[in-house]
Amino acid sequence: MTALDLTPAPGAAPVGRRIARHAAMEMKLLLRNGEQLLLTIVIPTVLLVVLVHAPLADIPRPRAAFLVPGVLALAVMSTAFTGQAIATGFERRYGVLRRLGATPLGRSGLLVGKTCAVLAVEVLQVALLVAVGIAVGWHPRGSVLAAFALVLLGTVAFSALGLLMAGTLRAEATLAAANLVYLLLLVVSGIAFPLTDFSPAVRHALRLLPSAALADGLRAALDHGAHVPGRPWLVLAVWAVTAAAAALRWFRWG
Amino acid sequence: MATVEVCDLRRSYGSVRAVDGLSFAAQPAAVTAVLGRNGAGKTTTVEICAGLRPRDSGSVTVLGKDPWRNPTLRPRIGVMPQAAGSGAAGVYPAARVGEVLALFASFAAHPLDVGALLDRLDLTRLARTPWRRLSGGEQQRLSLALAVVGRPELVFLDEPTAGLDVAARHATWSLIEDLRAAGVTVLLTTHAMDEAERLADHVVVVASGRVVAAGSPAALTREDGGTVRFSAVPGLPVADLTTRLGTAARVREVSPGEYAVEGVPAQHALATVTAWCAERGVLPDRLSTGRRSLEDVFLGLTGDGPPA
Repeated sequence: MTALDLTPAPGAAPVGRRIARHAAMEMKLLLRNGEQLLLTIVIPTVLLVVLVHAPLADIPRPRAAFLVPGVLALAVMSTAFTGQAIATGFERRYGVLRRLGATPLGRSGLLVGKTCAVLAVEVLQVALLVAVGIAVGWHPRGSVLAAFALVLLGTVAFSALGLLMAGTLRAEATLAAANLVYLLLLVVSGIAFPLTDFSPAVRHALRLLPSAALADGLRAALDHGAHVPGRPWLVLAVWAVTAAAAALRWFRWG
Repeated sequence: MATVEVCDLRRSYGSVRAVDGLSFAAQPAAVTAVLGRNGAGKTTTVEICAGLRPRDSGSVTVLGKDPWRNPTLRPRIGVMPQAAGSGAAGVYPAARVGEVLALFASFAAHPLDVGALLDRLDLTRLARTPWRRLSGGEQQRLSLALAVVGRPELVFLDEPTAGLDVAARHATWSLIEDLRAAGVTVLLTTHAMDEAERLADHVVVVASGRVVAAGSPAALTREDGGTVRFSAVPGLPVADLTTRLGTAARVREVSPGEYAVEGVPAQHALATVTAWCAERGVLPDRLSTGRRSLEDVFLGLTGDGPPA
């Protein structure tokens, strides 16, 4: 047994190391969690593969060009919103947020670390979905830069919404609500199923959802290769700013 | 200067006054024990001192600074939150023992050796076990390790031995003694008298959010006469014995058939008790005299009945 030198030697590690180690831990936990993997990896991939081939819905052709941007939006939503809300809700309940916030990592370090972990998981998701997309006949076109910026903006909006939910509701309520919202948004945002059967008024309203804006924006950026219209940017930006302000105002740590 | 100085601290939750004008100080490189029943305000006090919770009023100085929202204090302080009941000890449920200790170590500039600390707390064989699969006692030991791994100069331990078996309790006590010997200031809460008596240089007895007594265990137990204890049939008329002993006497039936007499010189108490019992045809069994224990002091201060 090594002798322990308990003499005080207080001091914080460099901020980069603290955040990197915390982000790595968060990412490891995300990837180790079966339910999280189902949401973030399995569902988007299976949806993509199944819907490309199965004559289930009235999906515009070429199907892959419609579906890949949609499932990319779904992937962002699953990680930044649903996964993060559920994990953070239980971390709040178990006192993890409060305890880590009291270490040299601090509350801001904790948030930065979580964001880095979300972005890292999204990189894995995008790599996988793009590879699967190409395998099922998708031809990427358009502006990768615009798509990247949309994913970032969508991540901010969904993260803020997820943290708002996790920081205000009980953990069990967050678990239920985050899954319900995920399912609802999957169906009514034009992510995997087009909105053509809805009346124009409803369709317009649905396009104001963050998930619809992200899917529309990514489709414009990656499919038509066209200039992305202003509306998705604006809708996502409004969601991002509003949800972040609400989360800053109402988020409870313990 | 005291390491922790609390003056007229107040904190309410709704209409409940958890801490109601509490004052005490914790000296450097000493163990200060905040002793009280559940709900006395111990945890709230410690959490305010550790910077985990804001206060309503009063002043709190920790290492010369106000702990609330003070990031410069964080590397200098180690915190072990209370885990009993709430399950909120603050560890990722799926994280493994070794990796979570390494994570906390990585936040510090000069952390303790993770392997040696695991060894010391008998957690090495559990290094790859996730937190949620640990027993309550194992979680407590890891939580203690997380509080000290950054080599802080001050540690707050909220009920560090709650739910521990005898061996783990002694391992925890021995680590706390070594921390003090190394110059670390320890502020702990407990409702275990033997723990306060064994570890603490200074005991602060808290009831209903206030300090009702403070001092070294020796000073607290020395204050008056001593105690005469005896066993006999339950339900003896203690009020009658009190009258016989004089107004200073306190006679209690601690538990059915177990009596304690305090507040009068032991010799007088012994003679009176023997005579009084003889008059009633009762044989006092296990008649003994001794210094009051911390438990006697505590019960005298906070009302009868064992602490919850």
